[in-house]
Amino acid sequence: MGIQPNTPVVIIPAYREEITIGGIVSNIRQQFPYDVLVVNDDSPDGTSAAARNAGATVLDLPCNLGIGGAVQTGLQYARDRGYDIVVRIDGDGQHEVEDIPKVLEPILAGRADAVIGSRFLGETEYRGSIPRIFGIRFFRLLVNVTTGYRVTDPTSGFFAINRRLIAFYSDHFPSDYPEVDAYILMHRLKARTVEVPVRMYDRAEGKSSITAFRAVYYMVKVTLSYLINCIRRFG
Amino acid sequence: MNRVTLFSIFASAGFLLYILEMVRRRKLREEYSILWLFGSALILVLSLKKDWLDSLARAVGIVYPPSFLFLVGILFILLILIHFSIAISKLHQMNKKMAQEIALLKAGNMEGKK
Repeated sequence: MGIQPNTPVVIIPAYREEITIGGIVSNIRQQFPYDVLVVNDDSPDGTSAAARNAGATVLDLPCNLGIGGAVQTGLQYARDRGYDIVVRIDGDGQHEVEDIPKVLEPILAGRADAVIGSRFLGETEYRGSIPRIFGIRFFRLLVNVTTGYRVTDPTSGFFAINRRLIAFYSDHFPSDYPEVDAYILMHRLKARTVEVPVRMYDRAEGKSSITAFRAVYYMVKVTLSYLINCIRRFG
Repeated sequence: MNRVTLFSIFASAGFLLYILEMVRRRKLREEYSILWLFGSALILVLSLKKDWLDSLARAVGIVYPPSFLFLVGILFILLILIHFSIAISKLHQMNKKMAQEIALLKAGNMEGKK
């Protein structure tokens, strides 16, 4: 496949994002020479068509795999097509397309294997809900204590990784809230990670008892799988 | 400490370690291990803290406290079984969808579907 060296592919996992996805895809394609891959996680709406019409390559998953499975499918595509760099960005407008070059720069310069966009570095307008901020603080502590990294935004889904991590994550990518787990995997691989400041906008969220229960469940689950990843063997 | 308590301490501790080891080796996914871990941890705690077990048993009206342990164990097993039934139903649904999609793909039927 004729992929030029250092051509990034932007991976956008999407579920029920027909309203925003088209604008994001065409925005990227107008501004940057990057390839855009949308992984449609079996959305019942017009997400797939909207992404395709805006010029993205679309992978339609036949059933809903959740965020981790969708991103991993995109990484496998990137690996098989021989891309050197993957950028992953959200399809709901939470991340700023203009920040993509910032996230790419340390990888292109060979200074990092992974670059994570942090909403807390630099001047920030980010105002999340209290439970969300609590969750981020909790995971920040967990990551920093176990890895010695100085992470500010462990749940950021805006990141770029190079070939080595593309290959590794294609085989081992965590399933729910994969970003926190991804850090311990990077640490185990001795990957060089850098955080760069990016803008992030809070997504409107409903608050019901079910989502509160789910939030606690995910905290427990992610913590468990994180701690087990500390003692797992890889390779 | 009577024998049944001693037995249940060793059994639940061993069980807890076994589950963790299975998760570490990727034989068991994290989401399916959580109920097992909680269940065995709870039984372990109740076996170690005999007065907690006694007062809990009395609160539910059970005369012989170790049988409260059995009750907790059985309840957890029920919960895990329900959890499995739900998981199997979901897998069944996904499996069917994938088989159908592969059949349609083989027939070149998927063009312009989405």
